[in-house]
Amino acid sequence: MKFAVLHEKLVPEPLLTTPSATQTITSLAEIPQPPTIPNFSFNPELQKLLLGKQLLLDEIPLSLEEIQSHYENGYITLRKGITFNKNIPKCERCGNQDQSWFASFPCSRCGETCTYCRKCIMMGRVSTCTPLYGWIDVSDISHVHATLDWKGTLSPGQQHVSNKVMESINVNKELLVWAVCGAGKTEVLFEGINRALAMQKRVCIATPRTDVVLELSPRLQAIFPIIEVASLYGGSEDRQKYSPLTITTTHQLLRFYKAFDTIILDEVDAFPYSVDKALQYAVNQARKDMSSLIYLTATPNEQWQKECRQGKRDFVTIPARYHRHPLPVPEFVWCGNWNKALTKGTLPANVMKWLKHRIETGKQALIFIPKIELIPKILPLLQKLHPAIEAVHAEDPNRKEKVKAMRSKEISLLITTTILERGVTFPNLDVAVFGAEDRIFTESALVQISGRVGRSAQYPGGWITFFHYGLTESMLKARKQIQGMNKEGLKKGWIDVE
Amino acid sequence: MSEYCLFCHEQITSNTNWSSFFTSHKETYLCQVCESQLIKIEGETCDICSRPLEKLEKQYVINNRCLDCVRWEEDDEWKGYLLKNESLYEYNDFLKGIISQYKFRGDYILAKIFSLRIQQKLPPNVLLVPIPLSTERQFERGFNQTEALINETGQSPIHLLERTHSEKQSKKSRHDRIHIPQVFQIEEGRGVADKDILLIDDIYTTGSTLRHAAKILIHAGAKSVSSLTLAR
Ligand SMILES: [Zn+2]
Ligand SMILES: [Zn+2]
Ligand SMILES: [Zn+2]
Ligand SMILES: [Zn+2]
Repeated sequence: MKFAVLHEKLVPEPLLTTPSATQTITSLAEIPQPPTIPNFSFNPELQKLLLGKQLLLDEIPLSLEEIQSHYENGYITLRKGITFNKNIPKCERCGNQDQSWFASFPCSRCGETCTYCRKCIMMGRVSTCTPLYGWIDVSDISHVHATLDWKGTLSPGQQHVSNKVMESINVNKELLVWAVCGAGKTEVLFEGINRALAMQKRVCIATPRTDVVLELSPRLQAIFPIIEVASLYGGSEDRQKYSPLTITTTHQLLRFYKAFDTIILDEVDAFPYSVDKALQYAVNQARKDMSSLIYLTATPNEQWQKECRQGKRDFVTIPARYHRHPLPVPEFVWCGNWNKALTKGTLPANVMKWLKHRIETGKQALIFIPKIELIPKILPLLQKLHPAIEAVHAEDPNRKEKVKAMRSKEISLLITTTILERGVTFPNLDVAVFGAEDRIFTESALVQISGRVGRSAQYPGGWITFFHYGLTESMLKARKQIQGMNKEGLKKGWIDVE
Repeated sequence: MSEYCLFCHEQITSNTNWSSFFTSHKETYLCQVCESQLIKIEGETCDICSRPLEKLEKQYVINNRCLDCVRWEEDDEWKGYLLKNESLYEYNDFLKGIISQYKFRGDYILAKIFSLRIQQKLPPNVLLVPIPLSTERQFERGFNQTEALINETGQSPIHLLERTHSEKQSKKSRHDRIHIPQVFQIEEGRGVADKDILLIDDIYTTGSTLRHAAKILIHAGAKSVSSLTLAR
């Protein structure tokens, strides 16, 4: 679509009544913004849809005429979807500037060769003739006072962090919450969110995984029953819902623009944040200029750990689990050239012994393997020991069923690739990492994997064993991180001495 | 040679074995992993629609024709209009993914993946006619996916057809699809008399769209109408 500029206003080509010169939004030197007419009766549904957003025309289920009248009366804003800096395109929605992610085509919307971003095309195509629509006013729609309806209590460790979170929200600061697996990190957010909502702030929890959105949304809806929580993921139905509390996948953040006073970014370690410029861009676009940003992680990457040590980053730790028992520390067991053993159709003797012991005592276990290709080699060997042994991987169509069967104890041992390294918890579990020297087992992956053991208060112990053919830096760092947390937890008195 | 796979964006590694030595002048748009998932339609196929016959049970094949085509050709209203359809690849999940990103997300550049093979299949002296979209659909997508396939081979599409009204084909039963009133009309002032026409479309599903187009073109005097589609 092209626009004419008439009387210092944009007019889209389809609405022109007389022939006029038109151009694409990208080629305009400046986008005129008409002043806001206070007594214009705007469509409140449109306000809810567009407030703090950057949407495509196709994402607004209203006529072009209605959109235009809101623009002319100063309620809707238009921004360029693609901008050029010395002929280099940039996608304003996702921040992409990598030329290999752009392409162009003869566009029938504008009749020109249109350059478009392929990086975010799954959310609708942004090209040089694509405006991003938003709402003029960034002040939020006021919401009813949401009172926190939560009967639980915080451990001293959690309370300390909860106070820090509240403080960050109050003064619009950044904070890294470094909480060990099983610390109860969600609970430390409740008071902060409550405070933010009371201050009429708009809050967002963003997480890389849809599973987490689906798990968190009902939990938060239950403790903030008065407001309506918006839950966003690919294919969710809340897309047009306006809420003071939004739970979203990081992917869906791309539709927001200067929307949130507080963003809580969960599982910062699940993706290489420091290298993922796209996510950084999305978070920066989605937060207001004055806002707080809280990162949650069990294992910050090396860069962040360094910044924490050097005092360059505000952080707070929860070094101990809510049940006051120490984190199980991984033991390292050398198992020789396991690859060679596998080609001969066997497993190293000490691995075999470990597995047999679990089967005999009936203790459930997860066995992490470095590659999906190993499954057909290992699984038949183990199924000879016991039929109730299964394997699971990322593309497994029966993944959910197998996790469920593990939970109901129909499966005794589950072989898995790193996909089960986070999220899932089973009580009373031992864990083995097979081939722990593989590059896929980074420090953070190993800490997460170790964090599967001893989660429940009823069974706070358990074995975590790294079977390896040569120690790696990652293994050593992971163990050091876990031991460090235990030490800190003890010192602070948040772990009971047995 | 594009540097990255157009579908999965993996870097394409140029390996210098003998086969690539001879083919290196050709453009590569997919990595080997993706390329290997495009399954060419080969072997014995239906004389009319090029459906692979090995996959059909015997009772569905009559004289090298699939039962669907036999039925079309038994129908006085439809027989003889579409001379032959050729399809490049099996419509598997992988191709489904590519076509849906191409068509529904509007990722135009994916057309390039197919240009070489389309080029190889084009007979000389035919008019290349894209299946048109409704005006709304064309605005929505910003381009006509069948026209783009022709453009990317370096040929020029000839616009002979127009939609009379928009149709959501997938929602209709086979009976409805066959018996709806004419969906296409000939664009005014277009001479088709004695021309050999090749219709281009993305997917051959039932063949009804192509037969509708063929019928109106033959009635307007075209000598023959065949079709070429990406998927079957
Ligand atoms: Zn983009
Ligand atoms: Zn355009
Ligand atoms: Zn590929
Ligand atoms: Zn056939």
